[in-house]
Amino acid sequence: MSTKELKVAALRNGTVIDHIPADKLYKVVSILHLEICEHQITIGNNLDSAKVGKKGIIKISDRAFEEYETNKIALIAPNAKINIIRDFVVVEKRPLSLPDEIREIVQCTNPVCITNNQPVTTRFHVLKLEDGIVLKCHYCEREVNRDKVKIK
Amino acid sequence: MSNNSLVSIADYSKEEILSILDSAANFEVNPNRKTLDGKVIATLFFEPSTRTRLSFETAVVRLGGSIIGFSDAATSSSSKGETLNDTIHMVSCYADAIVMRHPLEGASRYAAEVSPVPIINAGDGANQHPSQTLLDLYSIQKTQGTLENLTICLVGDLKYGRTVHSLIMAMSHFHPTFKFIAHDELKMPDEYKVFCMKNNIPFTEVTELNDNFNDADILYMTRVQKERFLDLIEYERVKNVYTLKNEMLANSKSNLRILHPLPRVNEIDPDVDCNEKAYYFKQAQNGLYIRQAILSKVLNLNL
Repeated sequence: MSTKELKVAALRNGTVIDHIPADKLYKVVSILHLEICEHQITIGNNLDSAKVGKKGIIKISDRAFEEYETNKIALIAPNAKINIIRDFVVVEKRPLSLPDEIREIVQCTNPVCITNNQPVTTRFHVLKLEDGIVLKCHYCEREVNRDKVKIK
Repeated sequence: MSNNSLVSIADYSKEEILSILDSAANFEVNPNRKTLDGKVIATLFFEPSTRTRLSFETAVVRLGGSIIGFSDAATSSSSKGETLNDTIHMVSCYADAIVMRHPLEGASRYAAEVSPVPIINAGDGANQHPSQTLLDLYSIQKTQGTLENLTICLVGDLKYGRTVHSLIMAMSHFHPTFKFIAHDELKMPDEYKVFCMKNNIPFTEVTELNDNFNDADILYMTRVQKERFLDLIEYERVKNVYTLKNEMLANSKSNLRILHPLPRVNEIDPDVDCNEKAYYFKQAQNGLYIRQAILSKVLNLNL
């Protein structure tokens, strides 16, 4: 084991989310609702990374995530790596894929959208266009580029 | 959710649009029927819109139906803080269909999701107003004999005007050519120009009205609203540049017809009203037949 990996304690069983861009780490925490998760969680941030400059890493003990949960991360950290660990061994490397529809985690940028004014769960259609990924509000139909998305 | 709701013009296929227009033509021949006898239609106007409300209510009354509802949110329970979800559930206990105007965008899509009865969107903020688009199409078809291969000039507020945006979407089925005439501050947003390019719809853009519509079949005027301008001096300078006067029509095509969603302020001089090319009041009347056709469709009524 290299010294670099030892900066964050090794995990026996659970999930490791690695290569999160440092400025997205706390948004990933929020998207996965880790602030209310009762399992042991180790969070490292601003670690040196050859791939993304400064990276974040999250290790959650004894917890597996469904694919629909981890795919929510694909919106803000498409290159993050999800590793499922059992007995200190990576048993699954799960690729992230952006879902066609995103519920709840994104806030509409339109101040007069119904979802910003009444208790309505947000719904966005993910449009994979030639010039990038655009989210279209299911309700007010306002479109927003992926890099301008507001995470709740 | 009731799948029969009409929220956006994009909910209807080309065939459904044409079928609504046929049905409206039928109602124009005989608008007084009893097909809504025993039915209750709710008109929920969370913001006032006298013209649209009267048109829908007339459509219901002439079909023998009854109306419940309100014309201003101040007189409804939403002023007490009731959510739209609750209002829709409550009203759907009483009515067979709900016609709704709401200031929040997306309100109609949401209402259609939670409502057990069909929702007809009568305008949700600056988003959608499909009955206006359908009556525009009906007026175009009626005056030109076809919807195919027409040249349509859109004038005025092309940036915020939802009627012109919806009209572009709806006309995209019928091989139109567009000319956009607007001041720089109010010009057509890029997303609609991209839409035209992707659908091989030719368009040109100019900033002066003058007689730039001489090759057009339809001249669609919209209101240039003072509040849209950041610079009021600029508004004062341009407001009359987009005023259509009777003499400007001298060299226009004989089949040209002038449409306007109304209300107008000063963008069409009253001296145009007596020109046979002025069609905007008849256009408003067509709204009645279109709304009768929409009500019949969402309620699956046999004509």
